[in-house]
Amino acid sequence: MLALFYILIAVLIASTFWQLTNIFNLKQDIATEEDNDQQGKLMFAFMIGFYALMIFCFWKYNAVLLPESASEEGVRYDTLYFWTMGLIIVVQAFMQFFLFYFAYKYRGVNNRKAFFFADSHKLEMIWTITPAVVLAGLIIYGLSVWIDMTDPSDLKDPLYIEVYAQQFRWEARYAGTDNQLGRANVRFIKGINTMGVDMTDINSADDIPTRELHLPKGRPVIFKFRSQDVLHSAYMPHFRAQMNCVPGMVTQFAFTPSMTTEEMRMNKHIIAKVENINKIRAEKGEDSYEFNYLLLCNKICGASHYNMQMNIIVQEEDEFNKWLAGQQSMTQVLKQ
Amino acid sequence: MSDHHHKETFITKYVFSQDHKMISKQYLITGIFMGVIGVFMSMLFRLQIAWPDHSFSLIEAFLGRHQDGGVMSPDIYLALVTIHGTIMVFFVLTAGLSGTFSNLLIPLQIGARDMASGFLNMVSYWLFFLSSIIMLISLFVEAGPASAGWTIYPPLSALPQAIPGSGTGMTLWLVSMAIFVASSLLGALNYIVTVLNLRTVGMKMTRLPLTIWAFFVTAIIGVVSFPVLLSAALLLIFDRSFGTSFYLSDIFIDGGVLHYQGGSPILFEHLFWFLGHPEVYIVLLPALGITSEVIATNSRKPIFGYRAMIGSIIAIAFLSTIVWGHHMFITGMNPFLGSVFTFTTLLIAIPSAVKGFNYITTLWRGNLQMNPAMLFSIGLVSTFLSGGLTGLILGDSALDINVHDTYFVVAHFHLVMGVSAIYGMFAGVYHWFPKMFSRMMNKTLGYWHFWITAIAAYGVFFPMHFVGLAGLPRRYYTTTAFPYFNDLSDINIIITMFALVGGVAQLIFLGNFFWSIYKGKRATQNPWKSNTLEWTTPIDHIHGNWPGEIPEVKRWPYDYSKPGYKEDWVCQTVPLMEGEEPT
Repeated sequence: MLALFYILIAVLIASTFWQLTNIFNLKQDIATEEDNDQQGKLMFAFMIGFYALMIFCFWKYNAVLLPESASEEGVRYDTLYFWTMGLIIVVQAFMQFFLFYFAYKYRGVNNRKAFFFADSHKLEMIWTITPAVVLAGLIIYGLSVWIDMTDPSDLKDPLYIEVYAQQFRWEARYAGTDNQLGRANVRFIKGINTMGVDMTDINSADDIPTRELHLPKGRPVIFKFRSQDVLHSAYMPHFRAQMNCVPGMVTQFAFTPSMTTEEMRMNKHIIAKVENINKIRAEKGEDSYEFNYLLLCNKICGASHYNMQMNIIVQEEDEFNKWLAGQQSMTQVLKQ
Repeated sequence: MSDHHHKETFITKYVFSQDHKMISKQYLITGIFMGVIGVFMSMLFRLQIAWPDHSFSLIEAFLGRHQDGGVMSPDIYLALVTIHGTIMVFFVLTAGLSGTFSNLLIPLQIGARDMASGFLNMVSYWLFFLSSIIMLISLFVEAGPASAGWTIYPPLSALPQAIPGSGTGMTLWLVSMAIFVASSLLGALNYIVTVLNLRTVGMKMTRLPLTIWAFFVTAIIGVVSFPVLLSAALLLIFDRSFGTSFYLSDIFIDGGVLHYQGGSPILFEHLFWFLGHPEVYIVLLPALGITSEVIATNSRKPIFGYRAMIGSIIAIAFLSTIVWGHHMFITGMNPFLGSVFTFTTLLIAIPSAVKGFNYITTLWRGNLQMNPAMLFSIGLVSTFLSGGLTGLILGDSALDINVHDTYFVVAHFHLVMGVSAIYGMFAGVYHWFPKMFSRMMNKTLGYWHFWITAIAAYGVFFPMHFVGLAGLPRRYYTTTAFPYFNDLSDINIIITMFALVGGVAQLIFLGNFFWSIYKGKRATQNPWKSNTLEWTTPIDHIHGNWPGEIPEVKRWPYDYSKPGYKEDWVCQTVPLMEGEEPT
């Protein structure tokens, strides 16, 4: 593969030099009728190639895309995305066609005058008003989804979890039986209290620190994000969730998981994706991979920005409760 | 100003020149030089992305202490993407594009002897030169250059403990950019004053070529927004060097709590993007102005909707100052703010769409002269459309949640800004080369340059959207830490291959450009049969532009193929015929 590519480069360089010798020809350097004809046809060919590229990418790369939303709120996201992308594809298909087709059809010939058409109030109105109306619709729709995704006030019995970011790992803290997270600040970081929980706050005692994120299916989760050092961002693409972790403040984002890890592993799109991944891994002699939800750092944070890992496991609510009951609280952890 | 009689030495003619035409060439050469470095950097980090474990002698040769056995370190990877972005956005596409063409064309197209202040103009170039030198010097400091992304958000950019490049490298970056801002402001002031005050007789604002409108409005955006970047940088310097807490609070790093209290990184983000968003229009509008000119001239037709084009330039400029928050939807700022910015951002699609439709209508029933400049202008309309449409997803706050900071964003801004603006710059060079250097560039090389670049550009950036939609974040040293992304390696390899081909293809342009300066065919008076005033100056340009009186303008610049005229063009200086209606 690499050799082919080096050869391509060599051919390119060679053709560059060959073309350079044309300079000696001192041809007329303004486009002639032949040039217009040739370039116009190339414009048409480019259009065909461009459409072929777009169709190829949509077809072939569909397999790498995300599966259906693993959160309830994400379903509305996906529908909005579908309609917006649909609009984009339609506009793109039409406008690129007109552009390249006109570039081909009206390629210059001698002794033909262009059509002197400087203005048309009617046309300007059409293509100002139409985008305005379409965009107004998109704005209203989009804002409705935005409010849904960013306003947690209607959520019933949410679970509070703090996700804590630092160079270069994640930790989490569950709010415990009182469902209240105790105060925390970096000034309280000491020894095993790695997240700086303020133990003088009565709400902190039953908080549960973990290095693994378990989420209950069907119960809304309100995440509170903090950062220890620089900007990070908690990006959980399967849930259509992302929020920056900002040192000096607490940010929040909420969603309701709707598919357990097991259920997502049985999703057809994921099965195909994992199969493909394991094929690639086998070729390289790497061990096989089983799907897990992703938590990615998505704001440049230093050398290991690309490798901040914490497992996310979505379980049925009773299994989740069983797991949580088996974890130690802050008080218990600090006693050790 | 009309100093055609002062004695010129080598230094005053070629080095410390106050002549706008020489200054424009200085900007162009410096911009090209920085562009070569920026492109080279992108080729290095694309090698890392495509083949993360592979040893490259190229990397070994160029990255010195920042590589091990031909594999680059994660720190220098981040530094490369940072400096690549900084160089391309500011040094190539702002100074290199505006600096070259505003300087060249404003006096020539409005009918002036030179800029309002030749001295300030000269200073603005040499500040740009100095800023470039300092930025290049920052590449060689021991801990590496700035590495917090071209957006340099604190605390990462404020704390050397967080990443080595935030030490001396970042300090030099800030110094370089402060000087760059000064250079841009001086340039912009000159452009505004010159356009307003020095137009020749008959050159009403509504008879200005669209290039001038674009450069003029761009300059206004610049004076409004660049000072805010300077303030952002100054406050960052204070936090870094004088212990203030504008951006920093509650930080625990290297085993201890730092003293900072009360600041917020979000303040920096607001200040940065208050420039950052208008900046992308500062990059794009000149390219759009050039496109209007090149498409009209080469279609032998008026640009369709001249007044609407002016209106949309002004609308884009105004709206560009109130959309900056769309870069910050998930920073943790109040969601209501997010709603406001979604509204204003989707509005800006309207004037942009109008421009796109108008360009295409200009082609309709034209008599298209396919010079290389025209090819690049048509290419710009294509990439502006492709890139602009994905803005509908990114500008919609809800949809941005899942694509923010992924490769989807990278694909979007490269198409709509990077590729489009560089096409505009190429179109400008091919079109005005005869005016700058009294010679023609070779058109066959121009054709090869265009087609290879066009294929490579879409080959790189179209597949990239899918990498982003798959969930891959940007600024990742490698995808291999997460097996979930293993199926993206093939796409990344294809992208890199197209990038390498596209990068190498620019050698065709460089060869053509430099050769033609010395050996190109001598230009004729008006090779493109264009109506605008710059083509009425002598082929070998002179100080003061016109040997005698400055011509007077009798009409707008777009009377191409006007009925009643034998030729398919009518220079702006030609008086209206008996009974002719002005367009």
